[in-house]
Amino acid sequence: MFCKDSWDWQPDRKVVADLSRLRSSYAGIEEFAASPDGRVLAALVKTEDDQFTVWANGQEWPDKFELAWCLRFSPSGKLIVLVRIDDEWTVAADGKSWQERFEYAWDPLFGNDGLVVGIKYKRENLYGIAIEDKVWEKSFNGLRDFCLSPDGLRAAATVQVKALREADIFGFFEGVWSVAVDGKAWDKQYINAWNPVFNADGNTVAAEVRTDICDYTIARDNEPWDSRYGCVWAPVFHPRDNSVIAAVRNQGSWMLYRNNEPFWQGRYNQMWNQRLSSDGSRVAAIVSPDFGKWTIAVDDRPWPKLFSDMVLAPVFSPDGQRVAAIVKDGGRWTVAVDGVPFKESFEMIWDPVFSPSGQQMLAMAENSGRFVILANGRKYHKQFQKLWNPVFSPDGKNVLLKYIEDDKYCRQVVPVEELLG
Amino acid sequence: MRETPESLVVDPGLDETIKKLTPEKIQTVVEHVLTKENAARLKVYSDTCVHCGLCAEACQTYISRDKDPYYSPVAKVKNTLWELVKNKGRVPPESIRDMSRIVFTECAVCRRCSMYCPFGIDIAYLLLVVRRICSLLGVVPAYLQDTTNSHAATMNQMWVQQDEWIDTLQWQEEEAQAEIPSCRIPLEKEGAEVMYSVIAPEPKILAQLLGNISQIMTVAGIDWTMPATDGWDNSNMAMYSGDFEVMGRVERLHWETAARLKVKKVVMGECGHAFRGAVYDGPRWLGWKFPPIPMVHAIEFYYDLLKSGRIKVREKYKKSVTVQDPCNTVRGRGLGNKLRYVVNELCESFIDVDPRLEHNYCCMAGGGTINCGPPWKRSRMVSNRVKAEQIEATGADVVITPCHNCHSGIEDIVGFYKLKKHVKFISEIMVEVMEIPDSLKA
Ligand code: SF4
Ligand code: SF4
Repeated sequence: MFCKDSWDWQPDRKVVADLSRLRSSYAGIEEFAASPDGRVLAALVKTEDDQFTVWANGQEWPDKFELAWCLRFSPSGKLIVLVRIDDEWTVAADGKSWQERFEYAWDPLFGNDGLVVGIKYKRENLYGIAIEDKVWEKSFNGLRDFCLSPDGLRAAATVQVKALREADIFGFFEGVWSVAVDGKAWDKQYINAWNPVFNADGNTVAAEVRTDICDYTIARDNEPWDSRYGCVWAPVFHPRDNSVIAAVRNQGSWMLYRNNEPFWQGRYNQMWNQRLSSDGSRVAAIVSPDFGKWTIAVDDRPWPKLFSDMVLAPVFSPDGQRVAAIVKDGGRWTVAVDGVPFKESFEMIWDPVFSPSGQQMLAMAENSGRFVILANGRKYHKQFQKLWNPVFSPDGKNVLLKYIEDDKYCRQVVPVEELLG
Repeated sequence: MRETPESLVVDPGLDETIKKLTPEKIQTVVEHVLTKENAARLKVYSDTCVHCGLCAEACQTYISRDKDPYYSPVAKVKNTLWELVKNKGRVPPESIRDMSRIVFTECAVCRRCSMYCPFGIDIAYLLLVVRRICSLLGVVPAYLQDTTNSHAATMNQMWVQQDEWIDTLQWQEEEAQAEIPSCRIPLEKEGAEVMYSVIAPEPKILAQLLGNISQIMTVAGIDWTMPATDGWDNSNMAMYSGDFEVMGRVERLHWETAARLKVKKVVMGECGHAFRGAVYDGPRWLGWKFPPIPMVHAIEFYYDLLKSGRIKVREKYKKSVTVQDPCNTVRGRGLGNKLRYVVNELCESFIDVDPRLEHNYCCMAGGGTINCGPPWKRSRMVSNRVKAEQIEATGADVVITPCHNCHSGIEDIVGFYKLKKHVKFISEIMVEVMEIPDSLKA
C-alpha cells in the first residue's frame, strides 16, 4: 500500500522540525500536517504581510495566497491546500496551483492511491466536482454529499437538478434531487438523495433515496429497490459480488438488507455504519439491541457486552478474523476487540490499527492533553504532546510513530516488541 | 369546529395539501400513529385526564385571548387528538386542516401547562402526536414544512449552502481579528476540546454572532473548532413538524460530526429548541438515552466562563435589562438561575420578570410556531399579549433572550405592541463588556 515497502523502517528516531523555531519565524501557524511516511512536517503559515503559504521541512512554497486552509497529505504523500488567489479559490498541490479557479472550492477527497484529488466547487451559483484540475461538464443548482471511486478517477454526488422558488414545498415533494456520476445526473429524481458510494471497481453507484414523505429506499444506478422503508441509512457495496448492503427500518425496527432482501435476521432498535471484511465474507455493524445500549454485531451476532454512550464504526483486521471498535461507556472512551473492552479508558481514543497479520493492535489515546499508545490494550510507557495514528511496517515487525514532544516533531520507528513491552 | 379569524388564514401547506387526502389515507395514518408509535403513553394520558381545565391558566394563548376556553390546552387536545381517537381516524380532510392549524400555530409545545395539570399530563406531547399525524399526511404550514425540507436536503434549517457556511466563518474570523488579532474560527480541528455548533440563522442572517463567539473563545482561551462539513447545525424544526425521520438524520449527523472531530464536548449557541432536539428528542429517537457526547448550552458555558474568571467584566452593561426564559433550557433543563447569574455579572441593572424561571410565559415563537411564517404572525401576536404586558411591566430597556426563537419572537412582540425595547443575545452584551487582556490587544 502506497509503497510502504520503500519507507525507511530502520528503528531510529529523527527530529524533523523544531516547532518553537518555526513559530518564531512567522506571524501565525494555522495548521500542521505530517506526511504518511512521517518524513515531512508541513505547516500552513501566515507571513508578516498577512498572506499565507505552506512550509514543509524548512522549505516555503514559492507562491503566497490571500487565504488558505485545509492542509492535507494524501495517502501517497501529495500535499494539498485550498487557496484563494485574486478572490478566487482553487487547489494547490505540492506547491503548484490548479489552472481552474472557482467562486468557491472545498471538501477535498483523495483516491485510494493518493495520487488524485477531487473537490466540490461553485461557479456562477452552480455546483460541480473537479478532479485533478478538470471540471464536470455539467453543474447543478445544489450539491451536497460527494464520493470518489476507489481509483479516484470518477466522482458521484447528490445534486439538486432544478431550482426551487422560495418555500416551494410542492416542487420539493415532486423531487428535485438525484445522484450525478461524472457530471451526469440519473434520470430519476427523488425528494432527497444522500450518501452515494461506488463499488470497488468504480463502475456502479448506490445511494439512499426518499420517494415520499416517509418512504425511503436504496437506489443503484438510477433504479430504486422495489420496496419502501420507514427509513434507511447509507449503503455499502460487497467488495466481491457487488451486492448492496444497507440498514433499513422495517415495522419499527432496523434490519440489514442486501439487494432489497433481508440479509441478517436480527431486528435492532438501531443499526448503522456496517463494514465488510476485505473479502466481503464478514459484516459488522453498530447496533443497539435495546434502547440506550450499543454494541457491534458481527454477522448478525451482537457482542454480549453493551455500552451506554456510543460505539463507533467497526474496524476489521486485514484477514477479517478480528473486529475492533471505539466504545464509550460512563463518559469514558476505550476500544473493544472482539467484544472485550480494554481495561483502561480515556478522555479520547482513536480508531485502532491492526498489524498485517491481525495479531497485534495499536491505538492512540489521550488523557488531559497527553497522548499515549496502546499496544494490545497496554499502555506504552512514553507520552506525547501530540501524536498521529501509528503505522505498522508491511512485515508487521516495526511501527512508525509520528509525534510532537518538547515542541519538536519527530519520526520514530520502534520495534513492535518494544511497544508490547 | 368553531370559526375563528385564524381559520380564514390562507396557507398552501394546509389549504392545498388537504385536497389530496382521502378518508382511507387519513384513517391509515391515524391508526398507525396511535397504535404503532404511541399506544401506551397515549392511553395513560387519556385515561388520566379528568377534564378539570386547571391547565388553562397556564397557557399564554388562553390568557391573552381573554380566557377564551377554546384556547385552553385541554380544548386543543379535545379538538384534535380526542376527535381522532373517538372517530378512529374517520374525519374529513377539512378537520385535518383545522387540527393542523391548532397544533402548529396555537400551541408552542412550551409545556407550561404540564406544570398546572395535577397529574402532570404532558399536553404538549399529545399535541406533538397530532403534529406527527399531520406531517405524515403532508398537512403542515408551508413555511414550517419548507424549513423541514431544508433540514432534509441540506442538514440545516435555512438552505445554507456548504460554501456559504465556510465562507461566512472565514469572513467572521476576519471580522473578529479586527477586534482581537489572534482570533480564529478553527475549522475541522480534530481533537479540539470543544465543538461549537449553531443554528442556521447565524450564518444566514446574524453572522456577527459567529464573530462574537470567536472573540469570546479567544479571550477565554478555549481550544475549539467548528466543522466545515454538514452537521454544524444543531437546530431541528423537523422535530416540531413531526418528521422524526428527518429529525433523526439531522441529529445523527450532528453527533457523528462531533465524534469525527474527536471533541470532548459540544458547546451550542443561544438556542432553546436546538438544545431539546440535540439533547432529548433527537438522541432518543435514534436510541441514545442521553447525548453521546456532553452538550453544554450557551447559558451554562457563559456561566462557567464568568464563574471561573476566564471571562472578566471590564465595565458592566449600563442599560436596564430583563430576560426571557427559554422554555427548553429553563423549564426543560433548569438553567434559569445560571441565566440570572450571567445577566447579573454582565449588567448593572437587572429587573426580573414575573412570573419567572420555569413559570415564565413562553415567547410563543418556539415549538416551530415562528417557522410557520408570515401568514400566522398576527395570530402569534394576539396569542401573546400577556408577554407584552409582562415585559412592559419590568420597565427594562433591553430584553435578553438566550434563544433564537425567543429573540425573534420577542422582537415581533416589541414591534407589534410598540414596546420601545431592544432585544439582545447574551453574547452581544458579553463582547461589549468583557475585559480584553493587553496581551491580546492589537
Ligand atoms: S402553548 Fe404551552 S401552555 Fe399552551 S397548550 Fe401549548 S404547551 Fe400548553
Ligand atoms: S389540568 Fe390535566 S387533568 Fe385537568 S384538563 Fe388539563 S390535562 Fe386534563
